[in-house]
Amino acid sequence: MKLSKVFFNGVVKENPIFVQLIGMCSVLAVTTAAKNGLAMGLAVTGVLIGSNVVVSLIRKVVPNKIRIPAFIVVIATFVTIVEMFMKAYAQDLYNALGIFIPLIVVNCIILARAESFASKHGLLASAVDGLGMGVGYTLALLILSILREFLGSGSIFDIQMLGPSFEPAIIFLMPPGAFILLGILIGIFNSIRNKQASKEVLQKEEAR
Amino acid sequence: MNLFTILISTIFVNNYVLGRFLGVCPFLGVSNKTETATGMGIAVTFVVTLSSIITYIIHHTILIGRLEYLQTIVFILVIAALVQFVEMVLKKISPTLYNALGVYLPLITTNCVVLGVAILNIQAEYNLIETIVNAFGASVGFSLALILIAAIREKFEIQEIPKALEGFPIALITAGLMSIAFLGFNGLV
Repeated sequence: MKLSKVFFNGVVKENPIFVQLIGMCSVLAVTTAAKNGLAMGLAVTGVLIGSNVVVSLIRKVVPNKIRIPAFIVVIATFVTIVEMFMKAYAQDLYNALGIFIPLIVVNCIILARAESFASKHGLLASAVDGLGMGVGYTLALLILSILREFLGSGSIFDIQMLGPSFEPAIIFLMPPGAFILLGILIGIFNSIRNKQASKEVLQKEEAR
Repeated sequence: MNLFTILISTIFVNNYVLGRFLGVCPFLGVSNKTETATGMGIAVTFVVTLSSIITYIIHHTILIGRLEYLQTIVFILVIAALVQFVEMVLKKISPTLYNALGVYLPLITTNCVVLGVAILNIQAEYNLIETIVNAFGASVGFSLALILIAAIREKFEIQEIPKALEGFPIALITAGLMSIAFLGFNGLV
């Protein structure tokens, strides 16, 4: 399998948020500001690459029956590393993300990739898959968090974009805004994909 | 803090799903039918309450002061083992209950409510009684939200929904509206 294909598979074709619809909790919770969204995305990407690499390395040693607990321990180890790292070097972000850093352990994306990809593929492919899925996840987080920050406080990455007369829609910083905005975004994504799919069908029929 | 205040605030004011985004995956994943939602709710209530007690004891006897950095790893292992154990016990003692809840149990390990509540209990420095009340309230709040949205989603089957919004997107928008309703509980406690 070509590595570039593996990478773009994670970013676009099987985007964890918009297509596979997994790992929603952290997506909704941390996207109140673009900065937080980016940090969470990077943390998850780090854990994904690390756990994918290790799972791929140990895939032939671990007996099939206890593979899930073994994978969870690997993932939890990387999450702890990331957590300690953030606590030491990025205290603000650590406080902002709070409980959702340890909760990366139960983020379905990571276990799903370990189980469905890394446990069946070689080292390099697994690392690239982790990177691709991580970038796809980060991208989705960025889109949602930029929109929420822009609508909810009129800024992007803490830089004020709109004049003082702008009345921020605080609802977008609160839980309801997150749910509704993500619902609409996935809806838009779906309609684009539906259009593309119907176009492809048309092209195939014309080619015949 | 008053025990009753903790209970009301975790069920309504700071509902774990609609206010804190814990457990959104099962909230959207198993909310197609009221029946399954009820089963999942009961299973979660059981496991969350039990795991909170065990993680509390482990934290205060083994981890505290020395091994706190191992919290995440130890807690997730305890939860995974507990879920496995509950499954085995149920199978042995009450096959009817096992048939009703069995399919949901493996899903619970990766439900962030379980780990989230366990960690939040430690962070809030609750004592054992408060921990139990908080865990119970959290899972009742989770079940309440789950059953409510399942009841709403059942109605969608006979409604006309724009094709792009079918399934997940419309469920998310519904959850948003429910979350607005739950915001009305603010200031209750």
